[in-house]
Amino acid sequence: MTYIAKPKFHHPGLQKNAIGFTHRDYEGRISTLCAGCGHDSISAALIETFYELAIEPHRVAKLSGIGCSSKTPDYFLGQSHGFNAVHGRMPSVLTGANLANRDLIYLGVSGDGDSASIGIGQFVHCVRRGVNMVYICENNGVYGLTKGQFSATADKGSKSKTAVNSDSPIDLVGLALLLGATFVARSFSGDKKQLVPILKAAFTHKGAAIIDVISPCVQFNNNPDSTKSYDFVREHNEAVNRIDFITPRAEITADYAPGTVETVTQHDGSVLRLSKLAPDYDPHDRAKAMAYLQERHAAGEIVTGLLYIDEEPEDLHAHLNTVTTPLNRLGEKDLCPGSAKLAEINESYR
Amino acid sequence: MKPTDISNPNYFHKVVDCQWACPSHTPVPEYIRLIAEGRYSDAYMINWHSNVFPGVLGRTCDRPCEPACRRGRVEAEPVAICRLKRVAADYKDDIRARLPRAAAKKNGKRIALVGAGPASLTVARDLLPLGYECVIYDADPFAGGMMRTQIPKFRLPESVLDEECNYILDLKPVTKFGSRVESLKALLAENYDAIFVGCGAPRGRDLPIPGRKEAAANIHIGIDWLSSVSFGHIDRIGKRVIVLGGGNTAMDCCRTSRRLGGEKVDVVVRSGFDEMKASPWEKEDAMHEDIPIHNWLNPKAFLHKNGRLTGVLFEKTKAEKDESGRRRLVPTGEPDVLMECDDVLVAVGQENAFPWIERDIGIEFDKWDMPKVDPVTMQSTNPKVFFGGDAAFGPKNIIWAVAHGHEAAVSIHLMLNGKDVKDRPSPLVNLSSQKMGIHEWSYDNDVSIDLRYKVPHAPKEVTLRNVKVEVELGFDKELAFKEAQRCLNCDVETVFEDNLCIECDACVDICPMDCITFTQNDPEPALRTHLTAPAPNPTQDLYVSGALKTGRVMVKDEDVCLHCGLCAERCPTGAWDMKKFYLEPAHAENLCHR
Repeated sequence: MTYIAKPKFHHPGLQKNAIGFTHRDYEGRISTLCAGCGHDSISAALIETFYELAIEPHRVAKLSGIGCSSKTPDYFLGQSHGFNAVHGRMPSVLTGANLANRDLIYLGVSGDGDSASIGIGQFVHCVRRGVNMVYICENNGVYGLTKGQFSATADKGSKSKTAVNSDSPIDLVGLALLLGATFVARSFSGDKKQLVPILKAAFTHKGAAIIDVISPCVQFNNNPDSTKSYDFVREHNEAVNRIDFITPRAEITADYAPGTVETVTQHDGSVLRLSKLAPDYDPHDRAKAMAYLQERHAAGEIVTGLLYIDEEPEDLHAHLNTVTTPLNRLGEKDLCPGSAKLAEINESYR
Repeated sequence: MKPTDISNPNYFHKVVDCQWACPSHTPVPEYIRLIAEGRYSDAYMINWHSNVFPGVLGRTCDRPCEPACRRGRVEAEPVAICRLKRVAADYKDDIRARLPRAAAKKNGKRIALVGAGPASLTVARDLLPLGYECVIYDADPFAGGMMRTQIPKFRLPESVLDEECNYILDLKPVTKFGSRVESLKALLAENYDAIFVGCGAPRGRDLPIPGRKEAAANIHIGIDWLSSVSFGHIDRIGKRVIVLGGGNTAMDCCRTSRRLGGEKVDVVVRSGFDEMKASPWEKEDAMHEDIPIHNWLNPKAFLHKNGRLTGVLFEKTKAEKDESGRRRLVPTGEPDVLMECDDVLVAVGQENAFPWIERDIGIEFDKWDMPKVDPVTMQSTNPKVFFGGDAAFGPKNIIWAVAHGHEAAVSIHLMLNGKDVKDRPSPLVNLSSQKMGIHEWSYDNDVSIDLRYKVPHAPKEVTLRNVKVEVELGFDKELAFKEAQRCLNCDVETVFEDNLCIECDACVDICPMDCITFTQNDPEPALRTHLTAPAPNPTQDLYVSGALKTGRVMVKDEDVCLHCGLCAERCPTGAWDMKKFYLEPAHAENLCHR
């Protein structure tokens, strides 16, 4: 870790976004993770995303559990809301927070241990319920804080410095697809050009957006025979598409050859232009996406990109038919409408 | 772009902006760190070897290093490099034991030095320890040259100058002070092995406008007048004084006048305030002493009555560009301005004068009647005769004179050892890692965000009463420490090792200045536009690696790097390292060590 604070000086030509913030304004405290940790790159990608989307930091709530990944919310968005939950219990806390105040933007940050081991029960239910959130799993395949034992996402046969993994992996992307997530993507911490547009698309998606980000553990799992090392991921990365994220008000100027680009318009008017890299891949077909992932995984490839998107997502609030006003802003009159109303409700059940 | 060749000493030397800008290439960050550590004597010795007059320069240098200082590109003001140099001189111990000794055995070679100013004294300092016999001539009875005659005592106390001149006189040159050299031909006839001309630019320019002759008794040439004040020949001036000119000599004239009875002193300059040649801080100091500076006024005539000066008539001017695009001053046509006064000091420039150099002794002169001097070797067209300081290329300043002196000494040493003077010796260069632990460096990499500290001044009521009371008090040790901490350690270089990089982006993410980019390679102009932050300053290099595993290259814009070392701290593989670059130009004194 680094002992000095990041100097306050910044580039003299530092740009400001639409709401007058520089990207430095989205930083948090200096990271205490190991030098070269993929998680720090993801934090940097988040900083870039929030800066470019010009989101006011106070509108964001970052929630996490336990682990290296779950420490990272301290290292970005120092002016946002934050909650560090018990190990594997972040999804419940996030669900509760979201129910109480639907106006905030929810970011769940978790790791492969927090999501796929101790917290897998929580993970599956919050996906299943369609909580409006961006859920990032910073996936390095090992328990970094306890000296690098294999986690539940480690591939069978993957080698760490001292051991070979013999268990079958849990694929969080496959699980998310199975459980009805309306936005599913995978990316790599070492490729911000892919990751940042995916994050932007996820934050403008009104439903459960699950992003599995492979994030090498430099200390314990970056050896050549690990399937989650920088070199392995770079060599076996099969991106199905590249996103060009276009904000609602931006003019669309780029020209693309016909048949190579698919346009997805999101609820807020933002446009995702998907440059197809795998010609037959259709990010709207859940079943085919799952089959494709299985197939490529068997071939030893890591499929990345926007894997599935539902352009008309529904979230938990829609399922529950809650009021549009956040619950935490309802007054006593709204919450206790009086005995006449109670009688009316009771009457309706007779 | 091709990968950067960091084995070329110039590459990292340029990154140390202050050292690169300094004519003598003093290793500035190194001595500033020593000051922060309280090692004033060590800091002084680094300066002494490089610029010979640290105490003098710490008060009077024109400081080309400061406008170059990286800090000025990062925040409002550069590090007070010059005044930190003075700190080293002020708080050092007795360093005489660390100075070179006069050679025990002479080498039989005799060098004549014309003028005992900074250039000649530097040559003497470099050559005397090697066994050369140096004979220094000066018309004045003391060593120091313009440092003594033209810089007022309230800016440079005599004791400081004496001390640093004496360090050289202790090496036992032969001094022929009080004897003006009237003929170079005659000097050459004395069979010296080499002659160095460091006689300065001793002639102050006059202003031949109407009334000059009639009012001559109260019109003085600035540098001559300052010299007379310095030697105590003049100790008062009229109550109302006008100083003509906008350079540093004009500032010294007006401030000296305030101390010799001038109650209403005005500086009048032909051009605008910003175009004045005087250093900004000298203008500031003059104005602080209640001396107004009037601009855009061209002296037209000296007015006089009964043989006595009564005032100066000025024409209002403005700047205009002529057909060739050159800026010219033209009258505005407004009514002339009359300013009354008792005395006028003319400080409108200095000229070289070589009436004592015969034109038939192999020294060629150019069309401005200046000797033709090689700017690298300082040799004239007569191989035995070298020039330096203001005598070489016209008025500059002390630090240039020192730089010329070092180069001339190298040339003389080479020539008298039968070597080609054009074959310049390379500098001593060292590049060594500063890593002490996983995240520990041998330098303080935490960047101070303090703004520049002001040097305390003695109260005006005291300084204006006595021409010898020094105005600037210098930093105390505590202020000096704080100011030293502002230095960004630009000599601790970010060094990148291509084959160790795993392209994890950690350095890109942590860099507070957005200096680092991993990108496809391109020609420089294209590359400069698509970095993490654009690099619009072409005077600052891009550091480009060879191709990495993904085919990309690492590009670092050196422009605003804080040298905080965070890239190296966040690098998991040691592809980045912080290495201290130390460059010492070759001097005659260290040539013999190799």
